[in-house]
Amino acid sequence: MLSAVIVLAIFGLVLAEAAPLIARVGPAAFFTDAGWQPTSGRFNLSPMLWGTLLTAAGALLLAGPVGVLTAVHGRFYAPPAWARVQRRVVELLAGIPSVVYGFWGLTVLVPLIARLAPPGPSLLAGILVLALMILPTVTLLADAALAAVPAEQLQGAAALGLGRWATVRGVALPAARAGIGTGVLLALGRAVGETMAVLMVCGNVVQVPESLADPVRTLAANVALEMAYAMGDHRAALFVAGALLTALAALLVALAAVVGRRHAHG
Amino acid sequence: MRTAERPRWRGLAAAGVVHGAALAVLGAFAWILGDLLVAGLGQVDWAFLTAPPQDAGRAGGVGPILASTGILLAICLVVAVPLGLGAAIFLAEFTPAEGRLGRLVRRSLDVLAGVPSIVFGLFGNVLFCKTLGLGFSLLSGGLTLACMALPLIIRTAEASLRAVPPGLRQSAVALGMSRTSVVRHLLLPAAAPGLLAGFVLGVGRALAETAALIFTSGYVDRLPESILDSGRALSVHIYDLSMNVPGGDHRAAASALVLVVALLAINGASALAMGRFGRRLGAR
Repeated sequence: MLSAVIVLAIFGLVLAEAAPLIARVGPAAFFTDAGWQPTSGRFNLSPMLWGTLLTAAGALLLAGPVGVLTAVHGRFYAPPAWARVQRRVVELLAGIPSVVYGFWGLTVLVPLIARLAPPGPSLLAGILVLALMILPTVTLLADAALAAVPAEQLQGAAALGLGRWATVRGVALPAARAGIGTGVLLALGRAVGETMAVLMVCGNVVQVPESLADPVRTLAANVALEMAYAMGDHRAALFVAGALLTALAALLVALAAVVGRRHAHG
Repeated sequence: MRTAERPRWRGLAAAGVVHGAALAVLGAFAWILGDLLVAGLGQVDWAFLTAPPQDAGRAGGVGPILASTGILLAICLVVAVPLGLGAAIFLAEFTPAEGRLGRLVRRSLDVLAGVPSIVFGLFGNVLFCKTLGLGFSLLSGGLTLACMALPLIIRTAEASLRAVPPGLRQSAVALGMSRTSVVRHLLLPAAAPGLLAGFVLGVGRALAETAALIFTSGYVDRLPESILDSGRALSVHIYDLSMNVPGGDHRAAASALVLVVALLAINGASALAMGRFGRRLGAR
């Protein structure tokens, strides 16, 4: 009950701050204006939306396969004692704060990238740091999904004389598909909403990036950067960005629920 | 011959990739933690933990910042624990697992858990700082953190309440105990370790939070005099030192090390409580 009230209050208050501006300039203004100069009435959020989508998608492309493979390693390849240690380590990593990942990215990764492809703070740095951050989420949820595969199916595969990889690919992964899908969607939600780490390594230039080495600014980073001094319409525009982010995250949670439910029925 | 050969070769290649992925993950994280240790360990001592920051944080310590962080967490817990516990008891004991109300609440909890932290920051800024007139203060920050920690606390508390064996409950009802005394004298003690673990996880999430605090509890790095003063959390301190203070990296690394050690300790405590919980249930 309480939680439903808080959800409604969040949506309500954020929208209430954003609504007057949306009503005045129209929703299209946030995608078609000549740029992001909120103090002179230009509110184009689309470069930031691209920044958010590109960093999150890139991170998922990296972390998705690696995370699933790590879970497969823990369940099917590693000796049980080692798998337990590995799981514990990944759990601990899930608890490391984003600002620490950001700090590490800023002091280690960015100088490294700057040497290879200047200027350094870039889409690539954001993707790498985000990938590290969502890896634990993907790994833990994929691990749980693989653990839930019925033992009879695996024994059946063994009885047919299937090798380890054939069992994983032919039996375990298809059976755990829905659970892994849920995990990937939740991880994507985390990547979309992440603020600090991305803010610290991406360079925060408002532009649609043309290469991996270009700096970008994400929606969340935009809010964090400008909220401190924003007034009036500018402030309202930041709340529009917040509402957009919330809608994206809620959409991903809903999708994850649908995927999970289909699993329960199938 | 060839058909037998190919799968084996492929299996070996797959094993290599799988082992490689796991090693890469562990390696990357060893790199991160190793870097933090190397950069931070030499600076962390008692003086660092107690002294006030000097020269915008380039020198001195994190004493007042730890105090602010502690106050933020205390406010968060004082608000979130009773509310979360109440909601969990309601969900676990007074609504059927598949009922409509229970489903609605659980669905909104999932959404709440997925809301980006920066949006919590916006929300806290409007509601606590502006509408309720609390300004940039530890109270605003703590209340915002409480909203963030609630879903986690409710979910874990509900799970541990539901894990209490139904036999216990039935015998209590057979003895004619009222519903409130069943909850008070039976369920809460039986589920205590799981509840505790949930609270600890909530604290961990609050401690790791940065984005929601920048516009709610603010940046001031003095020792706060009341909960209506602005205060800087440790995570905000790391952010500020590494982004806004040239030459602040060393102290940022030391602060990050303190934060990570605190979080590892908290997670360890939670795992311990959970482990005991599992054993206690298993023993019955």
